[in-house]
Amino acid sequence: MSSAILTPMLVILVVAACTFLTRFLPFALFGGGKEVPAIVKTLGDLLPAAVIAILVVYCLKGVSFMVPPHGFPEFISVGIVALLHIWKRNNLLSIGGGTLAYMVLIQMVFI
Amino acid sequence: MKKETLKYAFIQSLPVLFGYVFMGIAFGILLEKAGYNFIWAFFISLIIYAGSMQFVLIGLLGGGMGLLSLIILTLSVQSRHIFYGLSFIEKFKAMGKWGWYMVFSLTDETYSLLCGMKIPKELNEKEVFFTVAALDQSYWIIGCTLGAIIGGFIGFDTTGIDFAMTALFVVIFIEQWYSYQSHLPALVGTVCGAASLFIFGASAFILPALIASVCLLLVFKNSIQQGENPEVCQ
Repeated sequence: MSSAILTPMLVILVVAACTFLTRFLPFALFGGGKEVPAIVKTLGDLLPAAVIAILVVYCLKGVSFMVPPHGFPEFISVGIVALLHIWKRNNLLSIGGGTLAYMVLIQMVFI
Repeated sequence: MKKETLKYAFIQSLPVLFGYVFMGIAFGILLEKAGYNFIWAFFISLIIYAGSMQFVLIGLLGGGMGLLSLIILTLSVQSRHIFYGLSFIEKFKAMGKWGWYMVFSLTDETYSLLCGMKIPKELNEKEVFFTVAALDQSYWIIGCTLGAIIGGFIGFDTTGIDFAMTALFVVIFIEQWYSYQSHLPALVGTVCGAASLFIFGASAFILPALIASVCLLLVFKNSIQQGENPEVCQ
Protein backbone atom coordinates (compact mmCIF):
# COMPACT_ATOMS: atom_id res chain seq x y z
CA MET A 1 0.00 0.00 0.00
CA SER A 2 1.37 3.42 -0.86
CA SER A 3 2.11 5.94 1.86
CA ALA A 4 -0.46 8.30 0.28
CA ILE A 5 -3.06 5.93 1.67
CA LEU A 6 -1.23 4.38 4.59
CA THR A 7 -0.21 7.62 6.32
CA PRO A 8 -3.69 9.15 6.45
CA MET A 9 -5.08 5.80 7.58
CA LEU A 10 -2.64 5.63 10.48
CA VAL A 11 -3.37 9.25 11.45
CA ILE A 12 -7.11 8.52 11.41
CA LEU A 13 -6.66 5.40 13.55
CA VAL A 14 -4.54 7.23 16.14
CA VAL A 15 -7.03 10.12 16.35
CA ALA A 16 -9.92 7.64 16.61
CA ALA A 17 -8.19 5.70 19.39
CA CYS A 18 -7.35 8.84 21.39
CA THR A 19 -10.88 10.18 20.96
CA PHE A 20 -12.36 6.93 22.23
CA LEU A 21 -9.89 6.94 25.12
CA THR A 22 -11.16 10.32 26.37
CA ARG A 23 -14.75 9.11 26.16
CA PHE A 24 -13.92 5.80 27.84
CA LEU A 25 -11.76 7.13 30.69
CA PRO A 26 -14.54 7.81 33.25
CA PHE A 27 -15.90 4.30 32.67
CA ALA A 28 -12.45 2.75 32.98
CA LEU A 29 -11.89 4.59 36.27
CA PHE A 30 -15.32 4.17 37.85
CA GLY A 31 -16.97 1.41 35.84
CA GLY A 32 -16.47 -2.31 36.29
CA GLY A 33 -18.05 -3.97 39.29
CA LYS A 34 -17.06 -1.19 41.66
CA GLU A 35 -19.49 1.18 43.30
CA VAL A 36 -19.17 4.70 41.90
CA PRO A 37 -17.75 6.96 44.64
CA ALA A 38 -20.28 9.41 46.10
CA ILE A 39 -18.21 12.42 45.10
CA VAL A 40 -18.16 11.30 41.47
CA LYS A 41 -21.93 10.77 41.53
CA THR A 42 -22.40 14.25 42.94
CA LEU A 43 -20.17 15.69 40.27
CA GLY A 44 -22.08 13.75 37.60
CA ASP A 45 -25.31 15.35 38.85
CA LEU A 46 -24.03 18.90 39.10
CA LEU A 47 -21.70 19.04 36.11
CA PRO A 48 -24.18 18.96 33.18
CA ALA A 49 -25.60 22.44 33.89
CA ALA A 50 -22.08 23.87 34.13
CA VAL A 51 -20.88 22.01 31.01
CA ILE A 52 -23.84 23.22 28.93
CA ALA A 53 -23.07 26.78 30.00
CA ILE A 54 -19.44 26.28 28.94
CA LEU A 55 -20.59 24.86 25.60
CA VAL A 56 -22.70 27.98 25.00
CA VAL A 57 -19.55 30.03 25.63
CA TYR A 58 -17.67 27.62 23.33
CA CYS A 59 -20.11 28.27 20.48
CA LEU A 60 -19.67 32.02 20.91
CA LYS A 61 -15.90 31.91 21.35
CA GLY A 62 -15.19 33.26 17.87
CA VAL A 63 -17.20 36.43 18.49
CA SER A 64 -15.12 39.60 18.57
CA PHE A 65 -16.49 42.69 20.28
CA MET A 66 -13.74 44.92 18.96
CA VAL A 67 -14.39 44.54 15.23
CA PRO A 68 -17.71 45.05 13.40
CA PRO A 69 -20.34 43.66 13.74
CA HIS A 70 -19.22 43.52 17.41
CA GLY A 71 -21.05 40.26 18.10
CA PHE A 72 -24.47 41.79 17.41
CA PRO A 73 -25.70 38.95 15.10
CA GLU A 74 -24.73 36.31 17.67
CA PHE A 75 -26.15 38.04 20.71
CA ILE A 76 -29.36 39.16 18.99
CA SER A 77 -29.91 35.59 17.78
CA VAL A 78 -29.14 34.04 21.16
CA GLY A 79 -31.63 36.55 22.63
CA ILE A 80 -34.26 35.48 20.08
CA VAL A 81 -33.69 31.80 20.91
CA ALA A 82 -33.99 32.53 24.64
CA LEU A 83 -37.13 34.68 24.30
CA LEU A 84 -38.84 32.21 21.95
CA HIS A 85 -38.00 29.39 24.31
CA ILE A 86 -39.13 31.14 27.49
CA TRP A 87 -42.34 32.12 25.66
CA LYS A 88 -43.35 28.83 23.99
CA ARG A 89 -40.88 26.20 25.28
CA ASN A 90 -40.93 24.52 21.88
CA ASN A 91 -37.41 23.31 20.99
CA LEU A 92 -37.85 23.35 17.24
CA LEU A 93 -39.47 26.79 17.19
CA SER A 94 -36.70 28.29 19.34
CA ILE A 95 -33.85 26.66 17.42
CA GLY A 96 -35.40 27.13 13.97
CA GLY A 97 -36.39 30.75 14.63
CA GLY A 98 -33.03 31.67 16.12
CA THR A 99 -31.05 30.02 13.32
CA LEU A 100 -33.14 31.67 10.61
CA ALA A 101 -32.70 35.04 12.34
CA TYR A 102 -28.94 34.48 12.52
CA MET A 103 -28.70 33.56 8.82
CA VAL A 104 -30.68 36.64 7.81
CA LEU A 105 -28.57 38.84 10.10
CA ILE A 106 -25.17 37.71 8.81
CA GLN A 107 -26.18 37.37 5.16
CA MET A 108 -28.29 40.50 4.74
CA VAL A 109 -28.07 42.88 7.69
CA PHE A 110 -24.53 42.88 9.08
CA ILE A 111 -22.62 42.28 5.87
CA MET B 1 -37.70 -1.50 18.66
CA LYS B 2 -41.02 0.22 19.03
CA LYS B 3 -42.13 2.77 16.48
CA GLU B 4 -42.87 5.26 19.27
CA THR B 5 -39.26 5.01 20.47
CA LEU B 6 -37.92 5.86 17.03
CA LYS B 7 -40.44 8.68 16.62
CA TYR B 8 -39.61 10.19 20.01
CA ALA B 9 -35.85 9.84 19.46
CA PHE B 10 -36.11 11.37 15.99
CA ILE B 11 -38.05 14.42 17.21
CA GLN B 12 -35.63 14.92 20.09
CA SER B 13 -32.66 14.70 17.76
CA LEU B 14 -33.99 17.10 15.08
CA PRO B 15 -31.84 20.06 16.17
CA VAL B 16 -28.78 17.85 15.95
CA LEU B 17 -29.94 16.66 12.52
CA PHE B 18 -29.70 20.20 11.15
CA GLY B 19 -26.52 21.03 12.99
CA TYR B 20 -24.71 17.79 12.10
CA VAL B 21 -25.78 17.57 8.47
CA PHE B 22 -24.64 21.11 7.75
CA MET B 23 -21.49 20.97 9.88
CA GLY B 24 -20.77 17.60 8.29
CA ILE B 25 -21.21 19.04 4.80
CA ALA B 26 -18.78 21.81 5.71
CA PHE B 27 -16.28 19.16 6.84
CA GLY B 28 -16.80 17.08 3.71
CA ILE B 29 -16.24 20.07 1.43
CA LEU B 30 -12.98 20.96 3.21
CA LEU B 31 -11.79 17.36 3.19
CA GLU B 32 -12.51 17.01 -0.50
CA LYS B 33 -10.60 20.23 -1.18
CA ALA B 34 -7.64 18.75 0.72
CA GLY B 35 -7.64 15.84 -1.72
CA TYR B 36 -9.58 13.12 0.12
CA ASN B 37 -12.81 11.84 -1.43
CA PHE B 38 -16.12 10.77 0.12
CA ILE B 39 -14.85 7.30 1.05
CA TRP B 40 -12.41 8.96 3.44
CA ALA B 41 -15.19 11.23 4.74
CA PHE B 42 -17.37 8.18 5.40
CA PHE B 43 -14.72 6.26 7.35
CA ILE B 44 -13.52 9.29 9.32
CA SER B 45 -17.06 10.12 10.46
CA LEU B 46 -17.70 6.44 11.20
CA ILE B 47 -14.68 5.70 13.36
CA ILE B 48 -13.57 9.07 14.79
CA TYR B 49 -16.94 10.85 15.03
CA ALA B 50 -15.86 14.16 16.56
CA GLY B 51 -16.71 17.64 15.31
CA SER B 52 -13.86 19.98 16.08
CA MET B 53 -11.19 17.25 16.04
CA GLN B 54 -12.16 16.18 12.52
CA PHE B 55 -11.66 19.73 11.29
CA VAL B 56 -8.23 19.78 12.94
CA LEU B 57 -7.51 16.38 11.41
CA ILE B 58 -7.80 17.61 7.81
CA GLY B 59 -4.48 19.42 8.14
CA LEU B 60 -2.78 16.39 9.72
CA LEU B 61 -3.74 13.65 7.25
CA GLY B 62 -0.70 14.17 5.09
CA GLY B 63 1.53 13.16 7.99
CA GLY B 64 4.41 15.32 9.14
CA MET B 65 3.32 15.51 12.76
CA GLY B 66 5.03 13.08 15.09
CA LEU B 67 3.04 10.29 16.70
CA LEU B 68 3.46 11.68 20.22
CA SER B 69 2.42 15.20 19.19
CA LEU B 70 -0.59 13.75 17.39
CA ILE B 71 -1.63 11.83 20.50
CA ILE B 72 -1.16 14.84 22.79
CA LEU B 73 -3.02 17.15 20.39
CA THR B 74 -5.97 14.79 20.10
CA LEU B 75 -6.15 14.15 23.84
CA SER B 76 -6.13 17.87 24.59
CA VAL B 77 -8.74 18.80 21.98
CA GLN B 78 -10.98 15.96 23.18
CA SER B 79 -10.23 16.21 26.90
CA ARG B 80 -13.63 17.73 27.70
CA HIS B 81 -15.23 14.38 26.90
CA ILE B 82 -13.66 12.91 30.02
CA PHE B 83 -16.19 14.90 32.02
CA TYR B 84 -19.25 13.87 30.03
CA GLY B 85 -19.10 10.18 30.93
CA LEU B 86 -19.22 11.03 34.64
CA SER B 87 -22.96 11.73 34.35
CA PHE B 88 -23.74 8.40 32.70
CA ILE B 89 -21.54 5.79 34.39
CA GLU B 90 -24.39 3.85 36.01
CA LYS B 91 -26.74 4.16 33.05
CA PHE B 92 -24.30 3.06 30.35
CA LYS B 93 -23.05 0.24 32.58
CA ALA B 94 -26.62 -1.02 32.82
CA MET B 95 -26.89 -1.06 29.02
CA GLY B 96 -24.49 -4.00 28.60
CA LYS B 97 -22.92 -4.25 25.15
CA TRP B 98 -24.99 -1.32 23.89
CA GLY B 99 -23.18 0.73 26.53
CA TRP B 100 -19.94 0.45 24.51
CA TYR B 101 -21.55 2.27 21.63
CA MET B 102 -22.94 4.88 24.02
CA VAL B 103 -19.42 5.52 25.35
CA PHE B 104 -18.01 5.78 21.82
CA SER B 105 -20.77 8.08 20.57
CA LEU B 106 -20.93 10.51 23.50
CA THR B 107 -20.32 13.74 21.57
CA ASP B 108 -21.11 17.25 22.87
CA GLU B 109 -24.48 17.19 21.16
CA THR B 110 -25.51 13.64 22.12
CA TYR B 111 -24.45 14.37 25.69
CA SER B 112 -26.64 17.49 25.70
CA LEU B 113 -29.64 15.64 24.30
CA LEU B 114 -29.31 12.78 26.80
CA CYS B 115 -29.09 15.29 29.65
CA GLY B 116 -32.00 17.37 28.41
CA MET B 117 -34.54 14.65 27.58
CA LYS B 118 -37.56 13.99 29.76
CA ILE B 119 -38.41 10.54 28.48
CA PRO B 120 -42.10 9.56 28.70
CA LYS B 121 -42.72 6.71 31.17
CA GLU B 122 -44.11 4.33 28.53
CA LEU B 123 -40.81 4.29 26.63
CA ASN B 124 -37.71 2.24 27.48
CA GLU B 125 -34.97 4.67 28.47
CA LYS B 126 -32.13 2.48 27.23
CA GLU B 127 -33.70 2.10 23.80
CA VAL B 128 -34.30 5.85 23.58
CA PHE B 129 -30.68 6.58 24.56
CA PHE B 130 -29.29 4.15 22.00
CA THR B 131 -31.62 5.34 19.24
CA VAL B 132 -30.78 9.00 19.83
CA ALA B 133 -27.04 8.23 19.83
CA ALA B 134 -27.25 6.16 16.64
CA LEU B 135 -29.45 8.72 14.84
CA ASP B 136 -27.01 11.49 15.74
CA GLN B 137 -24.06 9.59 14.29
CA SER B 138 -26.01 8.71 11.15
CA TYR B 139 -26.72 12.44 10.58
CA TRP B 140 -23.02 13.16 10.97
CA ILE B 141 -21.95 10.39 8.57
CA ILE B 142 -24.54 11.50 6.01
CA GLY B 143 -23.43 15.13 6.28
CA CYS B 144 -19.70 14.42 6.01
CA THR B 145 -20.08 12.00 3.10
CA LEU B 146 -22.54 14.25 1.28
CA GLY B 147 -20.28 17.27 1.70
CA ALA B 148 -17.35 15.43 0.11
CA ILE B 149 -19.56 14.33 -2.81
CA ILE B 150 -21.36 17.56 -3.63
CA GLY B 151 -18.41 19.81 -2.86
CA GLY B 152 -19.19 23.38 -3.73
CA PHE B 153 -22.39 22.79 -5.74
CA ILE B 154 -24.88 23.97 -3.13
CA GLY B 155 -27.50 26.29 -4.64
CA PHE B 156 -28.30 28.63 -1.77
CA ASP B 157 -26.23 30.43 0.79
CA THR B 158 -26.11 28.26 3.89
CA THR B 159 -23.77 30.57 5.79
CA GLY B 160 -24.78 30.66 9.42
CA ILE B 161 -26.91 27.51 9.46
CA ASP B 162 -24.49 25.94 11.93
CA PHE B 163 -25.91 28.41 14.47
CA ALA B 164 -28.47 25.63 15.07
CA MET B 165 -25.89 24.05 17.36
CA THR B 166 -25.51 27.22 19.44
CA ALA B 167 -29.29 27.52 19.62
CA LEU B 168 -29.54 23.90 20.79
CA PHE B 169 -27.17 24.56 23.67
CA VAL B 170 -29.03 27.76 24.62
CA VAL B 171 -32.34 25.85 24.68
CA ILE B 172 -30.87 23.09 26.86
CA PHE B 173 -29.36 25.73 29.12
CA ILE B 174 -32.83 27.25 29.66
CA GLU B 175 -34.45 23.83 30.16
CA GLN B 176 -31.87 22.97 32.81
CA TRP B 177 -32.33 26.36 34.40
CA TYR B 178 -36.01 25.48 34.91
CA SER B 179 -35.42 21.93 36.16
CA TYR B 180 -32.68 22.60 38.71
CA GLN B 181 -33.72 24.42 41.85
CA SER B 182 -30.20 25.72 42.32
CA HIS B 183 -28.87 27.83 39.45
CA LEU B 184 -25.38 27.79 40.89
CA PRO B 185 -24.00 25.04 38.55
CA ALA B 186 -25.18 26.95 35.48
CA LEU B 187 -23.75 30.19 36.83
CA VAL B 188 -20.46 28.49 37.74
CA GLY B 189 -20.20 27.20 34.16
CA THR B 190 -21.02 30.58 32.65
CA VAL B 191 -18.53 32.49 34.81
CA CYS B 192 -15.75 29.88 34.46
CA GLY B 193 -16.34 29.67 30.69
CA ALA B 194 -16.26 33.43 30.16
CA ALA B 195 -13.32 34.01 32.52
CA SER B 196 -11.31 31.18 30.99
CA LEU B 197 -12.04 32.42 27.47
CA PHE B 198 -10.78 35.85 28.50
CA ILE B 199 -7.61 34.48 30.12
CA PHE B 200 -6.65 31.57 27.85
CA GLY B 201 -8.16 32.59 24.52
CA ALA B 202 -10.52 30.80 22.14
CA SER B 203 -8.29 27.84 21.31
CA ALA B 204 -7.45 26.67 24.83
CA PHE B 205 -10.21 27.73 27.22
CA ILE B 206 -12.40 24.63 27.53
CA LEU B 207 -10.19 22.47 29.72
CA PRO B 208 -9.32 25.20 32.26
CA ALA B 209 -13.01 26.15 32.36
CA LEU B 210 -14.02 22.56 33.08
CA ILE B 211 -11.38 22.08 35.76
CA ALA B 212 -12.32 25.36 37.45
CA SER B 213 -16.01 24.36 37.33
CA VAL B 214 -15.31 20.97 38.87
CA CYS B 215 -13.35 22.60 41.71
CA LEU B 216 -16.02 25.23 42.38
CA LEU B 217 -18.85 22.67 42.25
CA LEU B 218 -17.00 20.50 44.78
CA VAL B 219 -16.55 23.53 47.03
CA PHE B 220 -20.22 24.53 46.76
CA LYS B 221 -21.74 21.04 46.59
CA ASN B 222 -23.27 21.06 50.06
CA SER B 223 -25.08 24.35 49.57
CA ILE B 224 -26.21 23.33 46.06
CA GLN B 225 -27.60 19.96 47.04
CA GLN B 226 -29.98 21.32 49.64
CA GLY B 227 -33.30 21.45 47.83
CA GLU B 228 -31.86 20.01 44.66
CA ASN B 229 -34.23 18.45 42.18
CA PRO B 230 -32.67 15.04 41.57
CA GLU B 231 -34.55 14.35 38.34
CA VAL B 232 -31.98 15.69 35.92
CA CYS B 233 -29.15 13.57 34.62
CA GLN B 234 -28.48 11.20 37.45
